[in-house]
Amino acid sequence: MIQQVLTMKSILIIDDEPHILIALEFLMKRSGYEIQVARDGETALEAIRTHRPDLVILDVMMPKLDGFAVLESVRADPGLKHLRVLMLTAKGRATDRDRGLKLGADAYLTKPFSTHELIERVRTLLETPT
Amino acid sequence: MILSLAIIAISLAYVGLLFAIAYWAERRVERGRSVIAQPTVYALSLAVYCTAWTFYGSVGQAAETGIGFLPIYLGPTLSALLWASVLLKMIRISKSARITSIADFIASRYGKSQLLGGLVTLIAVLGVIPYIALQLKAVSWSFEILRHYPQVRMPETTALPLWHDSAFAVALLLAAFAILFGTRQLDVSERHEGLVAAIAFESLVKLFAFLALGVFVTLELMAPDGLSLETLVSDPALAQRLAPVLSPRLPPLYDWFAVNLLAGLAIILLPRQFQVAVVENSDERHLRRAIWLFPLYLWLINLFVIPIALAGLSIFPDGSTAADTFMLTVPMAMKRPDLALLVFIGGLSASTGMVIVETVALSTMVSNDLVLPLLMRLWPRHQPRAHLGQLLLMIRRLAILGILVLSYLYYRLAGEAYALVNIGLISFVAVAQFAPPLIGGLYWRGGTREGALAGLLVGFLIWVYTLLLPSFAKSGWLPPAFMDSGIGGLAFLAPQALFGLEGWNPITHGLFWSLTANLLMFIGVSSLRTPRPIEAAQARLFVDILRDPRRNRTSVWRGQADVRELLALTERFLGPERTRLAFAKHARTRGFSSSDELPADPETVGFAETLLSGAIGSASARLMIASVTQEESLGLEEVLAILDEAWQVRLYSQQLEQKSRDLEAATAELRAANERLQELDRLKDDFMSSVTHELRTPLASIRAFAEILRDHPDLDPEQRQRFLAILVSEAERLSRLVDQVLDLAKIESGHADWHTEILALQHLVEDTVTMTAPLVKERGISVQLDLPPEPAWVWGDRDRLIQVLENLIANAAKFAPSGSGRIEIGLRRLGPVWRLNVADNGPGIPAAELELIFERFHQSSAGGAKPLGTGLGLPISRRIITHLGGRIWAENRQPRGAKLCVELPACHSDAIIPDKSGSQHP
Repeated sequence: MIQQVLTMKSILIIDDEPHILIALEFLMKRSGYEIQVARDGETALEAIRTHRPDLVILDVMMPKLDGFAVLESVRADPGLKHLRVLMLTAKGRATDRDRGLKLGADAYLTKPFSTHELIERVRTLLETPT
Repeated sequence: MILSLAIIAISLAYVGLLFAIAYWAERRVERGRSVIAQPTVYALSLAVYCTAWTFYGSVGQAAETGIGFLPIYLGPTLSALLWASVLLKMIRISKSARITSIADFIASRYGKSQLLGGLVTLIAVLGVIPYIALQLKAVSWSFEILRHYPQVRMPETTALPLWHDSAFAVALLLAAFAILFGTRQLDVSERHEGLVAAIAFESLVKLFAFLALGVFVTLELMAPDGLSLETLVSDPALAQRLAPVLSPRLPPLYDWFAVNLLAGLAIILLPRQFQVAVVENSDERHLRRAIWLFPLYLWLINLFVIPIALAGLSIFPDGSTAADTFMLTVPMAMKRPDLALLVFIGGLSASTGMVIVETVALSTMVSNDLVLPLLMRLWPRHQPRAHLGQLLLMIRRLAILGILVLSYLYYRLAGEAYALVNIGLISFVAVAQFAPPLIGGLYWRGGTREGALAGLLVGFLIWVYTLLLPSFAKSGWLPPAFMDSGIGGLAFLAPQALFGLEGWNPITHGLFWSLTANLLMFIGVSSLRTPRPIEAAQARLFVDILRDPRRNRTSVWRGQADVRELLALTERFLGPERTRLAFAKHARTRGFSSSDELPADPETVGFAETLLSGAIGSASARLMIASVTQEESLGLEEVLAILDEAWQVRLYSQQLEQKSRDLEAATAELRAANERLQELDRLKDDFMSSVTHELRTPLASIRAFAEILRDHPDLDPEQRQRFLAILVSEAERLSRLVDQVLDLAKIESGHADWHTEILALQHLVEDTVTMTAPLVKERGISVQLDLPPEPAWVWGDRDRLIQVLENLIANAAKFAPSGSGRIEIGLRRLGPVWRLNVADNGPGIPAAELELIFERFHQSSAGGAKPLGTGLGLPISRRIITHLGGRIWAENRQPRGAKLCVELPACHSDAIIPDKSGSQHP
């Protein structure tokens, strides 16, 4: 059990929609990950630096600092290069998607999303060695 | 004798100075810094109009007739008002056709007629010779008077032998100067810049001399111990002499008018005036300054005429000293030899300037319009010399000499009989004959060669009969009986009382008959036939020159030509070097690399003819060109067709230009409209993207929880219940969003239904508070109402206003802290409006967002309970309130909390009219 806790991957969920947070938290916990949540960009960056999660699920439209800005800060920090970033956003246009991937997102999913696909993508990202 | 030598030396030194100025000006041209390119120099050069006649004669005229001297200056001043049209036309035409003289101008207008040019030249020479004689007389007299200083005595009649007569020496000296600076180049269109510079300088000198004497005399007249006016008038004999000056009478109106007209015409028709005003003009814009500066000059030079005349009359009360000499004799009597010498130099300036320009102008006319046409008739029999340019220059030099010799002879034979003023006016009448063909030709297309010839000939003959011959008769050349009874003793042919017209001033009389006959003949004979093709073509060029300056490029020539022959012909007059240069330049402007490539087309022929015109005049040039080309004779129809075609082409091109401008304007409008559309499109895209985003968010929750519920049947009932509640609330949010988007679209497009009626606001507030009570209670927020007792009447749509109030209360509830939250709703009358405030004790709104919150989908960064807002509530509210004529805005409260304010126009209860249709708003 202890061994299992030690090897548990941790995920930070960043979104300002409380209901989405509830859903994601439920899904990720069920998949066996350790979960942190943040409701805005600034809190998210702090949490990333203190908790050092393995992956973040990142929304774009948020108060204070938007998802793209968070992603930029993360990718500019060499200490965070192992962090996987999965963007999960309602911004579904191709230009938004390109922008996210160009900024260094490892995956880009749009809302509404398939829970199965999300779980599968998170698992794949965490299993792939960096 | 010593004095004579001193005067001669000073005069020669002065003429030497003129040479130096002329030389300096020509050097400046060569270095490309022309002094002539100054409008002031142009205006000053026009003052060559003021001759010795002005200089000495004005005072004489004033002494005899009071203000009778004025019209000679008033006429030009009045005519200056017309220069902007008449003179501008003359300058443009002359520049484009390389007109060389007034004879050339008139000949060119009526189909480049050699005969007409010859007649004009003849009239000009004969008419102007007395005028030049007058200048010689003035110089010689002033010299004779001055050299006897301090004695004042009138010169005796000139019976001196030729070699002792100073006038003869003056004539020769002036001829030399005119030849040196007037006939250096053949092409008159290359201006005599040195000459013009010297003339402008002379204008300054004569003005200065006149003003200097005038100021001196006026001060003397005003000085208490000098010639005081009171003492002058107290002597009855003197008072009578002074009468014309002190209490001038207006001359008879017709005389006044005649002299004004004469002088006004002379200022543009005298050959020398045409020379300086038209031929020597370097830039037509100089006219603008000349139009006011030249009249100003005339005014200045007349300023002291009356004081000098007064002084002269009082100093020489016995009448033994001619009034024409007062300018000199007054300073001499006042023992001011320096002023007398200055006046002498001024008079010399006036004379030399006039003589030089006049002879240069006349010599061009004589060589181009009189001698050359005669020579051309001889050439078929006698082969001419190879280089004709030198021959022409020689002719001009001889012409200058000849004109001066003739003038001298006139001076010797007839010059004594008349006062200065009358000789000048006789010349003016002669050149006034040019007015009908020249000015008429600028504005009337119907004039013909025969009309011009007939008018000029008749006018000229009448001039000879009524003015020239009587001047000879007065000199004793003709029997005195001629004056009383005309030819054959017929009284009605008496030269100065023609057809019984007695009692008129001879000048007025002569002008009246000659100009009337001239004008009638010109119009009458011209009307006998329609203009020939070449006349019609020239008429277009002359009459329409201001309308379309490009038109004159149209050549109506058609035929066969050889460029080499054209070159050879031009070379004979201009010399090989200048011809090659001119042709090469022309070839370049047409896009050919050298003159060898020039096609023998009408344009080339026209160019050669114009080039030649500058040297030998348009009439001779036309004949010369015709001798080396085979011109097809064109009918009037064809010429007009060619002109019309060119006109059409230009018209089309103008229309095309207009069309293209219109198109550009239309394109710009389209571009702007397109940009507006793109902007609207972008806004719509933004809106759509926002809407989509807002729709995706609740959809994402719905889908996620639906999948969770589906995939996890093992959920505990509590959690299951919770997730289902979320599902329902997100579904509600979604439908609210859809409703609001549609609602907003409806309001914005103007398709919303409005049911306006008179409402009491506090009822609406109370209703809304009741409706929102569950939501407010759920968050543990208290609501306080502060409503007035009297009804707050407004015009409004009940449902819409409730929608606004709901939004405001829901918003306040969203931001007020859960549990301790408080909402305060206030309503009060503020002048013409009711103001409703909905305030909360939440975090407030960042100052930068106070306005942004009314934009679609803006969500305050302050956060808050999320699923409550759609981001459309406040934008919709604002549209509703604006539609009802009110306003809505947000403020922050102290110490904390936000306040949303609505103002609606108050409705007076007594003004309430029940609204039956229910769809109008006030």
